[in-house]
Amino acid sequence: MIYREAGQFKTSYAADQQLFPIRQDRIGVLIVLAVAFLAIPAVASEYWFSAILIPFLIFSLAALGLNILTGYAGQLSLGSAAFMAVGAYAAYNFQLRIEGIPILVSFACAGLTAAGVGILFGLPSLWIKGFYLAVATLAAQFFIVWCLTKFPWFSNHSSSGVISAQKIVIFGHEFASPREKYLLVLTLVAVMALAAKNMVRSSTGRAWMAVRDMDVAAEVIGIRLMPTKLLAFAVSSFYCGVAGALYAFCYLGSVEPDGFSLDMSFRILFMIIIGGAGSILGSFLGAAFILLLPIFLDIALPRMAGLLGLPFSNATVSHIQILLFGTLIMFFLIVEPHGLARLWQIGKEKLRLWPFPH
Amino acid sequence: MFKSRKSVSIAAVSVVLLAQGALAAEEQFFPITSYRVGPYGANGQSFFGGFVDYLNYVNIKEGGVNGVKLVWEECETEYNNAKGIECYERLKDKAKVSSGPIHPMSTGISYALIEKTAADKIPMAMVGYGRTDAVDGSVFPYAFPLVTTYQMQASAIVKFIKEKEKGSLAGKKIVFLYHDSAYGKEPIVALQEEAKLNKFELTVIPVAHPGNEQGAQWLQIRQEKPDYVVFWGWGVMNQTALKAAQKVGFPREKMIGSWWAGSEEDTVPAGDAAKGYMSATWNVAGKNVPLISDIEKVVYGAGKGNLQDTSKIGTILYNRGVSVAVLSVEAIRKAQEKYGKGKAMTGEQVRWAMENLNISNARLKQIGAVDLLPEIKTSCDNHEGSGQVKIQQWDGTKWVVVSNWIEGNKALIHPLFKASAKQYATEKGITPRDCSKES
Amino acid sequence: MQFFLEVLIGGLLSGVMYALVALGFVLIYKASGVFNFAQGAMVYLAALSVVGCMEKGAPLWLAILLAFVIMTLFGIATEKFVLRKLVNQPPIALFMATIGLAFFIEGLAPMLFGSEPRALDLGIVDEPIPAILDAWGIVISKFDLVAAGVAALLVTTLALFFQYTRIGRALRAVADDHQAALSIGIPLQHIWAIVWGIAGFVALVAGLMWGARNGVQFALTFTALKALPVLIIGGFTSVPGAIVGGLIIGASEKLAEIYLPPVMQSLFGGNFGGIEGWFPYVLALFFLLIRPEGLFGEKHIDRV
Repeated sequence: MIYREAGQFKTSYAADQQLFPIRQDRIGVLIVLAVAFLAIPAVASEYWFSAILIPFLIFSLAALGLNILTGYAGQLSLGSAAFMAVGAYAAYNFQLRIEGIPILVSFACAGLTAAGVGILFGLPSLWIKGFYLAVATLAAQFFIVWCLTKFPWFSNHSSSGVISAQKIVIFGHEFASPREKYLLVLTLVAVMALAAKNMVRSSTGRAWMAVRDMDVAAEVIGIRLMPTKLLAFAVSSFYCGVAGALYAFCYLGSVEPDGFSLDMSFRILFMIIIGGAGSILGSFLGAAFILLLPIFLDIALPRMAGLLGLPFSNATVSHIQILLFGTLIMFFLIVEPHGLARLWQIGKEKLRLWPFPH
Repeated sequence: MFKSRKSVSIAAVSVVLLAQGALAAEEQFFPITSYRVGPYGANGQSFFGGFVDYLNYVNIKEGGVNGVKLVWEECETEYNNAKGIECYERLKDKAKVSSGPIHPMSTGISYALIEKTAADKIPMAMVGYGRTDAVDGSVFPYAFPLVTTYQMQASAIVKFIKEKEKGSLAGKKIVFLYHDSAYGKEPIVALQEEAKLNKFELTVIPVAHPGNEQGAQWLQIRQEKPDYVVFWGWGVMNQTALKAAQKVGFPREKMIGSWWAGSEEDTVPAGDAAKGYMSATWNVAGKNVPLISDIEKVVYGAGKGNLQDTSKIGTILYNRGVSVAVLSVEAIRKAQEKYGKGKAMTGEQVRWAMENLNISNARLKQIGAVDLLPEIKTSCDNHEGSGQVKIQQWDGTKWVVVSNWIEGNKALIHPLFKASAKQYATEKGITPRDCSKES
Repeated sequence: MQFFLEVLIGGLLSGVMYALVALGFVLIYKASGVFNFAQGAMVYLAALSVVGCMEKGAPLWLAILLAFVIMTLFGIATEKFVLRKLVNQPPIALFMATIGLAFFIEGLAPMLFGSEPRALDLGIVDEPIPAILDAWGIVISKFDLVAAGVAALLVTTLALFFQYTRIGRALRAVADDHQAALSIGIPLQHIWAIVWGIAGFVALVAGLMWGARNGVQFALTFTALKALPVLIIGGFTSVPGAIVGGLIIGASEKLAEIYLPPVMQSLFGGNFGGIEGWFPYVLALFFLLIRPEGLFGEKHIDRV
């Protein structure tokens, strides 16, 4: 009843090719954007901006990047954090070394640099796939981080290897407060998410999915594997690279190569698995889940322990947190292997029929 | 027994407070970004245990600082930068009202917090880690690498070796074996300067994180036959190095570690291999320090102890946590002297105090912490305040101090900080304060 | 030359240690097609169980026995509560589940036995053997030799077990073809439980060796990372492959750590040590390009 597409007729090609062909979806997206751009900046506290919303958006973007590669093109990668590192260090160096370069151009160049590196490390995908490819991307993970540590040029010869991001100035306006940074990140993420949504339904996206589902069949129908796979690596790394630049400039402010650890790559992978591989929305849901769950457990567990009078020390609480995190991941995989995005779809189906399910 | 994250008001304290007639109890807040799990969780447990125990001790023993009760909230960072930021933001709102110095206990987190703390006017102490060029307070007003820094420590170790070698290092060979991260890389510049000055040969050998495999490095050391190995390890790398040194037969008596490579957590798991190994430290171990034994009696006697495993009391890291807490509480005291006794201090006020700390041995004696930590006197252009370390040796069961306080070569090292701070200021467009105008 | 030999031998012996961890991966992958990322965490759990039991007063042999029981039970529980529910899911889902399992163990183990690093004394000193040191000037550690012996014993035992016991043959049948094994009446789930039990045992052996070498602590979980390139080189399904792969990785990474940085230094300037983190992976990558199925792996790998 609420979510019903009956009666919505497409009368022109333009209408048929819309990004969100169903009116309710269009309204929904607009509402989400309105809330994100207008309502949240008005009410959210600084804590929400800097500790939750900004990292949520940045990790959503990174997860989106990985989702393009793994969820749509079917190439498993465990090196997303390394591509973020490339983006972060590239953006820093563009800002540092090119006089007067606009920051947004730096971010774009950072993305392109990451894309280049991504293509390089995507080459093995032409020979191998599955776990073997995953291990190959691990090589990228370790090698890139090592390079950033070892070549002092990347960190402008800082003795510790840590870089400290420059100020963000766009058209003479400095983005300093968490609210402004949030709006900047939100704008970029929104634009890139819509672009991704558009891309995955284009012929490129369809080619990716064909390769994912069965590469031999895809080749038979005339999809050339090499450019398709490498493009997936490039686009994915571009997204991760921009996310990395935002991570350094809008979130942490200063980063060291070791910060982009394998652990972070895993977290991003968790995001798309929990959120739903092969779904743009899933990237956002997964990022929210993975980021918020530890914070929630961190706040809720001691209270629960207090209420029940359980003899928990701080260390025990933290251990339980990790344990629960692991359990929830297994639980999710068992109960809903297609992720949160699938739950959302089921919800939509229900809404379509509601209130007369028969 | 259940230990709440927030310190809840303690009956004993309220009694004392009432007796003193303090009505609306002022509270001094401490944001604590701690880690008790993850790869370095064991280190964090001792350190933050000591820190919290001392705060409790001040509350129980004196009813707080001049009647201002110390309260705190802990947040688990797992030694992870992003979680550290989240924790900081979570604790910030409370810290804006009143705040003792924040101790991230992680170089990565402290780097990420440098600008945030300055913007929020919350002082950050990095006692023996973190951004070392923050010694130059004109560029970093809110960051305090208190007591001593990696560079000064490296310089002090060189001085110690020099004394052992009867005053000359000319023609000697020293290998610097380090954890390949910001932490391990910082002292290299200092050591290179020292090598030039003292004419010894320096070889630097990095170990990839996490450092649980060092066969190649130690064979290389065996090949090089150095007179000493200066060692900057962390976590599992420490035990592995000690074991590997034993494996290639390198004498542990010629190995001197940094203070993050010199705790019981590092030597005990290495077993016999650790015997004779030396490390620098800026606080001594043991329960024979009057303050430490008193904490055990008062805090644990009252059942308010933070540690589950009381055998950790008196370990290096526990005592380090206590020492750091002593510094923090002394800063609160100093701030109250200027801004009003019996009031909670804001971060800004505590910052002033940290820049004007003057903890003499006489004061340390009053606290019962003489020789637990060195004397400290900070100023605007010296946020370090001491630069002294002791050298300790592991005798198989405990750490034994084998030197007096040794100060690094300040004339050599401090200009390095100045230069680095200046570069930071230009990159960031910061105009440094004029330290001569600060009181 | 002498130094080269020393590095080579040292590397081969460290390779044995990697192989011990890699064996656990191979066993489970072979029998159930699951890439068990939690093997490193299982090594940690096993070593921690041993020291935990010893702290409670058990002698070493009893502690090892208890740890064996714990690991077996744990393996069986994993199969029953996690993997059995994930039958027919794509391999990536199973892989993810084992990462979740790793987190689970990393939270559970220190809760049961405490998280502070501890020594594990097996009574073997990690010192150079004087006779060899005097005769050739080469350092060979007693402990490493014992570890090599243990690895050899383990592989032989496993080989005999697979070859000559009923369960072993059933295991191989399952590994070859699940469907066929099922159709001739081999209880698949029993077999899987047994495999996880054996993997737990292998983790215990690895945990004992690694724990005695570096101390028992959280970092034991990282041992899994070194095992991955070993698997690529040796092949995911081959027990001897794990050993040979381990030896190749160990020797080459040690040689690279010694001889590559000076070359790079002369090319770029600066200090380039600490390459052990990535070198095995890059090496594995080159192996993949030449022999995607690994040295001893089975041929029917998907090739593009």
